[in-house]
Amino acid sequence: MTDKYDAIIIGAGHNGLVCSAILAKKGKKVLVLEANDQTGGAAVSREFHDGFSVSACAHLLYQFQPEVIKELNLQLDIVKDNLETIVLAEDGSHIKYSDGKIAGVSDEDEKSFNKFHKRMTKFGALLKTYLNKRPARLGTKNSKDLLLLAKLGFDIRRMGKIEMREFLRLIGMNIHDELEERFENPLLKGGLSTDAVMGTHLGPRSPNTILTYLYRMAGCEGKISLPKGGMGSLSNMLTETAKNLGVEIKTNSEVKKVLINEGSVTGVETKNGDIYFSSVVISNADPKKTMMHLVGPKHLEIRFTHRIDNFRMKGNAAKMHFALDKLPKINEFKDSDFEQRLLIAPSEHYVEKAFNPAKYGESSPKPVLEVTFPSVSDNSLAPDGKHVMSVIAQYAPYNMKSGWNEEARGEFIAAIKSALRLHMEDIDDCILGEELLTPLDIEKEFNITGGHWHHGEFTLDQFMFVRPVAGFSQYEMPIDGLYLCGAGTHPGGGISGACGRNAAHVILEKGKI
Amino acid sequence: MTAQHINTGRLKTPFYPRIAELDSLNTWHNWAGYSSAEALYCEDMEYFAIRNSTGVFDITPMTKYRITGPDALEFLNRLVTRDMRKIKPGRVAYAIWCDDQGQVIDDGTIFHLKEGDYRLCSQERHFAWLTTASIGFDVTIKEETAEVAALAVQGPTSYSILKNMGVSGLDELKPFGLIHNEFSGAELMISRTGFTGDLGYELWVSPDKAIELWDALFEAGKHHGIRVIGTHALDLARKEAAYLAPFEDFLPAETTVRTGRTRSPLELGLGWLVDFSKDNFNGRRALIKEKEKGSNWRLVKLDIEGNKTAASSYIYANEKNNKSEIGFITSAAWSPICKQNIALGTVRTPHGNPGESLWVEIYYQREMHWNRVMAKADIVDKPFWFPARRGKTPPDPF
Repeated sequence: MTDKYDAIIIGAGHNGLVCSAILAKKGKKVLVLEANDQTGGAAVSREFHDGFSVSACAHLLYQFQPEVIKELNLQLDIVKDNLETIVLAEDGSHIKYSDGKIAGVSDEDEKSFNKFHKRMTKFGALLKTYLNKRPARLGTKNSKDLLLLAKLGFDIRRMGKIEMREFLRLIGMNIHDELEERFENPLLKGGLSTDAVMGTHLGPRSPNTILTYLYRMAGCEGKISLPKGGMGSLSNMLTETAKNLGVEIKTNSEVKKVLINEGSVTGVETKNGDIYFSSVVISNADPKKTMMHLVGPKHLEIRFTHRIDNFRMKGNAAKMHFALDKLPKINEFKDSDFEQRLLIAPSEHYVEKAFNPAKYGESSPKPVLEVTFPSVSDNSLAPDGKHVMSVIAQYAPYNMKSGWNEEARGEFIAAIKSALRLHMEDIDDCILGEELLTPLDIEKEFNITGGHWHHGEFTLDQFMFVRPVAGFSQYEMPIDGLYLCGAGTHPGGGISGACGRNAAHVILEKGKI
Repeated sequence: MTAQHINTGRLKTPFYPRIAELDSLNTWHNWAGYSSAEALYCEDMEYFAIRNSTGVFDITPMTKYRITGPDALEFLNRLVTRDMRKIKPGRVAYAIWCDDQGQVIDDGTIFHLKEGDYRLCSQERHFAWLTTASIGFDVTIKEETAEVAALAVQGPTSYSILKNMGVSGLDELKPFGLIHNEFSGAELMISRTGFTGDLGYELWVSPDKAIELWDALFEAGKHHGIRVIGTHALDLARKEAAYLAPFEDFLPAETTVRTGRTRSPLELGLGWLVDFSKDNFNGRRALIKEKEKGSNWRLVKLDIEGNKTAASSYIYANEKNNKSEIGFITSAAWSPICKQNIALGTVRTPHGNPGESLWVEIYYQREMHWNRVMAKADIVDKPFWFPARRGKTPPDPF
C-alpha cells in the first residue's frame, strides 16, 4: 500500500479520536490505526457475561473537557449528572458528598468541608486553565515557554498572598496530613483519601496526593457523571464524529513499528505487514510503548531513552465486574442511592493500610473499592430486572511478587467479595457472573504498558512541564514528525480529551502538515 | 569490590615489580585507581626513547570494557559518532562519543576482537554511561580493566624488537589492525595502535603472564634501545601528534557543570569521525543543528614563534588590540623533535582557519620576575609530528 496521509494516528483511544477529528476538521487526511477490534481504547463498553455489559476500564466521567465538546460539537448523552459519593458505613451511618454539599457528618465537619471544598475548587480552577494548553518546557530559552512560565507564576500570585502561600504549601503535600488537620469523621477522610489516590500507585500518605486530588477537581469542578451505554458510547460518538469529518479508521491493525529515515518519520508498519506512509505520526499509545517499542532506542538519544525507561507507569488498580441477579441489600439505602458512586474506604488509615502490601508486591487483603451500579440508571446494560456492578479495586500491583497466577487472582477476588460482604450481606446470592481485570489484564486488553490507566503515574516529577519527560512536554518527540497525544502527555489520565486536543493544536501550529 | 579498593589503597599493575626496579625518581600519580609513573629516571631521555628507539609504557590502568551480545554492533553504532559497521574483526577504531546535546563525553579506541566481540578502551571510566546507553539493547558490558595487562611499545625500533621477540604476522599488520599470537601458552594480542603518533604497538595479555612478557620484551629489545617511560614523556609525544587529552583539551560532558564549557566533535576538529550518513548516533540531531548554524568554538594547532611555552595563554586576533581575547591554549610544549614551539588551543569562530595568524600572550618567569611577550602563532593543518614510518607496512627494520 502506498497511500499517503497527512497524519497517521496510532491507537483509537479517546485522545487519538479527538486528535484525529480536530485535524480532519482542518481538512487533513487522517488515518487512525487501532489494534483492537473496536475503537475507544480504555473507554469502551463490552459484554462480560451473557447479556451484561459494562465500561471495561474507566467507568465514570470526571473531566471530559467542555473545550473538546465545543470544538467538535459533541452531544454527550449523560444518564446521570453530578453523582453523589456515598462512603459506606457498616451500621448504615453513611456519609454523602457532592459538589460542595455534604450530609451525615457533624456540623464542625460540614463547616470544614465547605471551607476545604471552596479552596480546592479555587486551586482546581487555577489548574484547569492549564489543562487545555500546552505546558512550558523547562530549560529552553524559547520566549513562548518563558511567557507560559511567567503567566503561571503570575496566576498563582494573583490569588493573593494567603492563597498563594496555601497553594505552595499544599501542592507537594500528602492528603492524609491535611485531612487529619481538618476533619474528624473517618468516613469523610477515607472518602477524600480515595478520591486522591484513585488509579494511582500512591497511598494517602504518599507525597503530592493533594495534587492528584486537585487534578480531579480541575476536571469539571470534581463533578462526576455517567454516560448512557457506558464509556463505550462516548467513544462511539467520537468515532462517528471523526468518521463524519473524513477520518479513516482501521481496527484490527496493530502497529508494529514507526518507520524512520534519518531522524524523520516516514510512516508505520502494522503487524499484518501493511505499510502506510505519512510524514506525521501521532501516537495515542503510552510514551514507553511508543518510544521503546514502536520507535526503538536505537533511533533515540541515550539520556532521553533513560528518562522514558524510568517513566513510572506500573498500575495498581484492578477492575472487577459482577453480573447481578438483583441489587444487594445495603443498610439504610434508598433506591436512588444505587445510582450514586459508592466507596468502601471506612477511614484514611484503612486506605493507607490497603496500600502497604502493594509496596512489596502483594495485593490488599482489605481493598479500597469504588462501586457503581450503572444498570440502575441505564437499563441498556443488563437484562430486565438484572444489574451490573462495576468495581475499581485498589490495590493490585502490576508487579505481584507471586505473579498474577490463578491463586493470586482468586485471593484478590475473595478479598473484594469479603469487603463487599461487610456492607452487602446478601451479595453472594446476587452474583451470576464475574470478571477480574488486573493491571496485567488491562495492559494486555488495552495495550497500556504496566496497565496504568493514566498512562503514567501522576506525580510532580511526571506532571505538566515534565510529562512525560523533561524537555518534551509539548507533544513533540525527538524524531521529526513524531508526536504523542495520549494520557502520558499533559495534562494526563482520565477521559478528558485534553491531551488529544492540545496535541492536535500543536501539530497544526507547526504547519508541517 | 569497594571494600577491596579501600583495603588496597592505590592498585599496582602486574608490571609494577619490574617498573619499580627501573624507577629512580619515585614520582607516581593516580591513574584510574592505579599507580602510574610520571617519570622514572629522566623525562628527556624517556621522551627520546619514543622518538629514537623504543619506549615502553604501562597502559594497564586504561579502562577496558568488553562489549558482547547480539546487539553489540548496533549498540556501539548508536553510541559513537563513526560508522562501526565498517570496522571489521581484526580492526581498531578511534572513536568519540557524545551526550544527547552532541557534546563530547570522551574518546577511546574500540577493538573488534572477533565477530561481535568488542573491547572499548578509554582513559576515563564510563560504566554508568555505557549501562545507560544499553537500555533496550541485548548487550553485555563487562569492566575488564584488571583482567588484561597491557603495554604500549612505541618508537622506530619497536617493529624490530617485537620481531626479535618472535611475534609473527607483523609484516602484514597495518595501523589500527590487531593480531593474535601465542605467548607462553596464553593469548597475546598485538595491535598497531598508540598515543605517540609514531610507529608503535600495544600488547595485551593475561595479568599472570605480565612479568614473563616484560622480560621477553626487554630481552628482545636490549640492543634496540628499549626503555621504560612515564606519563610526562608520553604527554609530550601526544602533543606533538596533536592528540587530545580529556580534562586538558576538552572536558568530558557528563562531568561538566557549566554550560558552554563542553565541546562538540566539530569544535574539536573531529568532524571526520562523525558520520552523518548513519541513521542515528547519540547527539546526531544536535550536531546536525550545529552544522547548519555553525559551531561556537574551534580547536587549533598552533606553531608559535620563539621558545617560550605558551601554557594557559590567552589567544588574541591582533597583536595590539588585546582587550578581547578569542580563546586560550589548552596544551603547549616545546617540541624537541620538531624544534617548534607548539600548542593546542580553542578559539571562537569564525577564527581558527588553517593559515590564519593569531597572537598568544605568554607569561614566563625569569629569576622570580615575570615577563610578558606577545608571540605570533600560525594555525597549522597537520599534526606537528607525522613521520612516514607511522603508516608504512611493513615497517623498516633496525
